[in-house]
Amino acid sequence: MVLYFLKRAALTIPTFFALMFLTFAAIRLVPGDPVEVRVGERGISPERLAQFRHELGLDQPVWKQFFDYVWALLHGDFGTSVVTNEKVLTEFFTLFPATVELSLSAILFAVMIGVPAGAIAAVKRGSWYDQTLMSISVVGFSMPIFWWGLLLIMLVAERLHLTPVSGRIDLIKFYFEPVTGFMLIDSVLSGQKGALLDALHHLVLPVIVLGTVPLATIARMTRSSMLEVLGEDYVRTARAKGLSPFRVIGLHALRNALIPVVTVIGLSVGSSMAGAVLTETIFSWPGVGKWLIEAIGRRDYPALQGGVMLISAIVISVNLLVDVIYGVINPRIRHGR
Amino acid sequence: MHSKARRLFAAGFAVFCIGTLPAAAKTLVYCSEGSPENFTPAVNTTGTSFDGARPVYNQLVEFERGSAKVVPGLAESWEITEGGTVITFKLRKAVKFHSSATFKPTRDFNADDVLWTFNRQWKPDHPFAKVSGGKYDYFSDMKMGTLMKSLDKVDDYTVKLTLSEPNAPMMANLAMDFASIHSAEYADSLVKAGKLELMDQQPIGTGPFAFVTYQKDAVIRFKKNPDFWGEKALVDDLVYAITPDPTARYSKLKAGECHFMIAPRPADLPEMQNDPSLKVINQAGLNIAYWAFNVSKPPFDNKAVRQALNMSIDKATIIRDVYLGAGQAAKNLIPPILWSYNDAVKDYAYDPEKAKTMLKEAGVTAPLEIDLWYMPVQRPYNPNAKRIAEMMQSDLAKVGVNAKLVTYEWGEYRKRAQQGEHMTAQLGWTGDNGDPDNFFFLRGCTGARAGGQNITKWCNQEYDDLLAKAAKLSDTGERTKIYMRMQEIEHEEAPDLKIAHSVVYETMRKEVEGYKQGPFGGHKFNGVDIK
Repeated sequence: MVLYFLKRAALTIPTFFALMFLTFAAIRLVPGDPVEVRVGERGISPERLAQFRHELGLDQPVWKQFFDYVWALLHGDFGTSVVTNEKVLTEFFTLFPATVELSLSAILFAVMIGVPAGAIAAVKRGSWYDQTLMSISVVGFSMPIFWWGLLLIMLVAERLHLTPVSGRIDLIKFYFEPVTGFMLIDSVLSGQKGALLDALHHLVLPVIVLGTVPLATIARMTRSSMLEVLGEDYVRTARAKGLSPFRVIGLHALRNALIPVVTVIGLSVGSSMAGAVLTETIFSWPGVGKWLIEAIGRRDYPALQGGVMLISAIVISVNLLVDVIYGVINPRIRHGR
Repeated sequence: MHSKARRLFAAGFAVFCIGTLPAAAKTLVYCSEGSPENFTPAVNTTGTSFDGARPVYNQLVEFERGSAKVVPGLAESWEITEGGTVITFKLRKAVKFHSSATFKPTRDFNADDVLWTFNRQWKPDHPFAKVSGGKYDYFSDMKMGTLMKSLDKVDDYTVKLTLSEPNAPMMANLAMDFASIHSAEYADSLVKAGKLELMDQQPIGTGPFAFVTYQKDAVIRFKKNPDFWGEKALVDDLVYAITPDPTARYSKLKAGECHFMIAPRPADLPEMQNDPSLKVINQAGLNIAYWAFNVSKPPFDNKAVRQALNMSIDKATIIRDVYLGAGQAAKNLIPPILWSYNDAVKDYAYDPEKAKTMLKEAGVTAPLEIDLWYMPVQRPYNPNAKRIAEMMQSDLAKVGVNAKLVTYEWGEYRKRAQQGEHMTAQLGWTGDNGDPDNFFFLRGCTGARAGGQNITKWCNQEYDDLLAKAAKLSDTGERTKIYMRMQEIEHEEAPDLKIAHSVVYETMRKEVEGYKQGPFGGHKFNGVDIK
């Protein structure tokens, strides 16, 4: 088992190096640098331009910049933002809890609705319910997040006044300093009456928007997996034994059908991080997605490189963990059979 | 009867109680567009960062709220002597700096704070010179380092600024955000604590609001400074709700989640103006969008060609279709809200037939092949340079000019245009300090050199001499006459086609009172109330 884990972990090393190179090269292929972006119409004298580029190390040959960057990264130094002069690691972990809170809530929302909806569709295969659900899931799967977000804001928040428009908490009613960065936890820790409810209220729309695509994927996956399992011998046996339909479907069929669904859920964590970029922008959600978008605009190389590496490290770690769990559940995977 | 008297007493007591209850705290929420880089304007360049720091600070002299007029700030008065080379400031007494959880001022504002503020930007050996990147762009761009010869403390409440040459725009420069005054005592306390960077992250100033907290990309909180020396804050708390998306800002405004929003989308303006719960105000922006002709390349070295091209573009259609009404046709480099604007200048009328004839008379053989550069980005003075370029291309075709549209990445675009690689290029300018010199220098001979900001590369000796002369005069009347003449010269010479000055709109809820829109696009919330 240890050997299996080490093998899997070793495989991530080239992935990290490839990512380091890609993030470094990609941002440099975009024209403009942090100094030029900062300057604006007023221009800059060649002397000052040279001085700033020197201070940022941009006057060094690109290969040297790359090796300096890799060397610093290997020493745990993710650099300093050229815009705010804050450590990238500090900025990232200030904003990351907001992204995690949003992504996990969206996945939870998708699982809680997607799994039962998919299972019911499989059991009632061909019914109007099944057909309606599958049609809706196709729409959900292809929903453009930005448009969907704005539509919900206009309809639910603006027209019907059912939810707040954006943000994480009512800024007039509540004020407390963040402790963990997770608003749901901080609102409880603040001891302010109604804060948790308000924070949950603010989560509703962004969670629906970010959770729509995973919800559709999970529902479809559960349905097809359930259909496969429902035809298996052990399900027939369970029925023949006279077990109640609830026990047959809930205990025997669904539990087995969920194995591929778990894989999809694992992958959705990564994709919901990517989706969070747009959702955070629409809902003024102070997470890493919005931060990275701004870093591109400002050509903030260290923030962008560090941010992408940190997110990649987290996603790769989650995948590694999923692989290891698979190895534990199914020894055939571990032994390469 | 007895019970009636008791009821009357109870009612009276209730009224008394309500009357003596403390009023609920008033919170003004401003939906801003982004996060500040930090809270020291001297190291920043963006309007977003300046707005974030503005409630906290004061300058020696300031722009009057809602205007470009320079009025006393932390300096109560000043005297300009020795031919305009010495400015002696008398500082305001009994001005308190804010307190925070980590800093309690032990003294009032004085001359040490003024010296600390400017020396940080001026002297490379200042202990804070390299803090937060140490790039003092505005101090450098306004040529403060070369204009300032010395800055001396005469006594605790007198500061003497000696200039290397007379400079009329200096007072306007000192009212800019980069000249915000910091507490030298706070700086000392941070040196002792070894936390220099907090100077720019947890600001201490003398302004109408004190900084409370900042959560990146989410919120900035300020509280009223009850000791403020000037026009007081009328709300207890000021909250900047950072909301980058303009549609979300508008939705929040409508839902009452914020009272005031920055930069409404032009397409939303008609709906906003018809909404009885909202107020929309506007002001001509302190900016100019222009189409520059590179006079160092033929046929643009010919004045008649430049004038003809000025007649070939249908400016009114551009303003209607691209600015969606949020713009006004420009005929001078400076906008009409700026003093010395020459309204007697008559803009070139749109007349394609006359333009065609003039081009022919100038010896231009049709079709004339030119390039037309457009910016790849949206700017405050130009909402869509590409669309404008396309409309110009169509207009130019009617007078026998084939324009090839060209663009580059924004940084590259400016660099190449400043080098003079283009034949014609769109660009523009947003004023910094409300002094006409801050616009007219764009057509000066210094900027016409390769790499300079004058992308027309037009260098007119009379214009340039007048520009230099006006900068050294302190008499506004004299300066006005000179600038009027310069506008005539520029109109006649036509080194560019002036497209428009954008109109800046701001939207707030009906209950917001006392807000005054300033010409620089910044926001000040002292004197603003919620009814």
